[in-house]
Amino acid sequence: MAQETIAGKNVAVDQEGYLANPEEWTKEIAGEMAKDIGIELTDKHLEVIDYLREQHAQGAQLSIRKVGKSGITDIKGLYKLFPGGPLKHSSKIAGIPKPSSCV
Amino acid sequence: MKKLLILGGGTAGTIMANKLNKALDKEAWDITIVDREKTHYYQPGFLFIPFGIYNKQDVEKPKANFFPPGVNVIFSDIDKIEAEENKVILDGGRVLPYDYLIVATGTHSRPDETPGLSGPNWYKNIFDFYTLEGALALKQFLKSWEGGKLVVAITEIPFKCPVAPLEFVFLAEAFFSEMGIRDKVDISLVTPLPGAFTKPLATKMLSQLLTEKNIKVVTDFYIEKVDNEKNTLVSYDEQEVPFDLLTIVPMNMGAEMISRSGLGDDMNYIPTDKHTLQSKAHKNIFVLGDAADLPTSKAGSVAHFSADIVYENLLSAIDGRPMTASFDGHANCYIETGYGKGALIDFNYETEPLPGTFPLPGIGPFDLLKNTSINHYGKIMFRWIYWHILLKGKELPVESEMTMAGKRKVTG
Repeated sequence: MAQETIAGKNVAVDQEGYLANPEEWTKEIAGEMAKDIGIELTDKHLEVIDYLREQHAQGAQLSIRKVGKSGITDIKGLYKLFPGGPLKHSSKIAGIPKPSSCV
Repeated sequence: MKKLLILGGGTAGTIMANKLNKALDKEAWDITIVDREKTHYYQPGFLFIPFGIYNKQDVEKPKANFFPPGVNVIFSDIDKIEAEENKVILDGGRVLPYDYLIVATGTHSRPDETPGLSGPNWYKNIFDFYTLEGALALKQFLKSWEGGKLVVAITEIPFKCPVAPLEFVFLAEAFFSEMGIRDKVDISLVTPLPGAFTKPLATKMLSQLLTEKNIKVVTDFYIEKVDNEKNTLVSYDEQEVPFDLLTIVPMNMGAEMISRSGLGDDMNYIPTDKHTLQSKAHKNIFVLGDAADLPTSKAGSVAHFSADIVYENLLSAIDGRPMTASFDGHANCYIETGYGKGALIDFNYETEPLPGTFPLPGIGPFDLLKNTSINHYGKIMFRWIYWHILLKGKELPVESEMTMAGKRKVTG
């Protein structure tokens, strides 16, 4: 597990730059990770991120569909917020592991 | 009399009825199995029907042939489970109380969940191959098709038998070659996943095969709707894939009855302890096969391996002993690749498909993650094994727990 300094904080990340420990996450880290992906965080983004962190902490399996039913935004909205890979990008910014489809 | 109730007489429920019928004391236990359909389908065989390899009669037999004498069989729809009351209500109001309940009601294709999918072109130039009707209608269509764009698409994860769409494109490629129209057919696989499969080594092996066979893969494509006028698939981020023939894996969901009973997640799968296979909410309910929300494949092999675990844990629970059997997510899938060859993958919750030999270390006869003729024969022979050994709950020379013996670890 590599160490990286993000937003002035030393954190453990995996090969693809996802935080190894969700508890090391801060809003500042989220902002910087989002910038790397090319996203400027708004309140709506943060609402999604809070939801993801909450669901992850409860041990839920996350899917685009599930976030689309969260009441925060629908699937189309989620794609607009996190273009290119809504769940991959939002999970990374939320400091939770990369979503895996466990086929 | 104590009552053991099994809902669903598919692969999982039938195996369970046979195993428990042998194990439970008939003086003390009454076993009942409920299913709405009288026909048992050999579902892995549906894949072969469009290409004329199997016929209808190869994949269906009466369910009643596989239930052991001594088990009560009820053919009926189920209204709901009242888990707090330990009873099940059938359609029409009949009440079945239980001491232990096994839910094996599976997962189902739901084309109605995607706008435009079950519209005017359904079974005209849009087909599924997860139902007998769909597979037969597609066979009819292919008889006179002269070529064009074939798109094979996956709507949502998870779905039943995750390797089937890959097998479908491989078999289609071979079929069109044999028909002499391969040069007139453009084949694409459209998937919401980032690659051809989820696990890295298997994706690599399968991607190479897809490239060799000139089959295109469109990844990260999450279907919003089907445009019936333009004959295109439209994604949520407004990309489009045009098709002349669409073969699709519709959204999969657990039984509606699970939702009516308040026992499911947002896709009607029951939250289940992934090791004990007990319902997380109710200790006297076990969940078997596709009905559970387990993080492994929805596949017959998983139903089969997990049946061994439910069997042991249920007997322990009945005797008041601690449950010691633990499911590892073991799945084992043949992958037909066309031209009389096939690949085989064996994996679980923790270990991705690795190369090696199966089931005997160093001997095989089957080769893991390799495209060989013997693997294809394995799949062909399996239909006989399924009807004659597996459904009857008899032992197969394959352990329910995955083994690393015979597998090679791969680094990098």
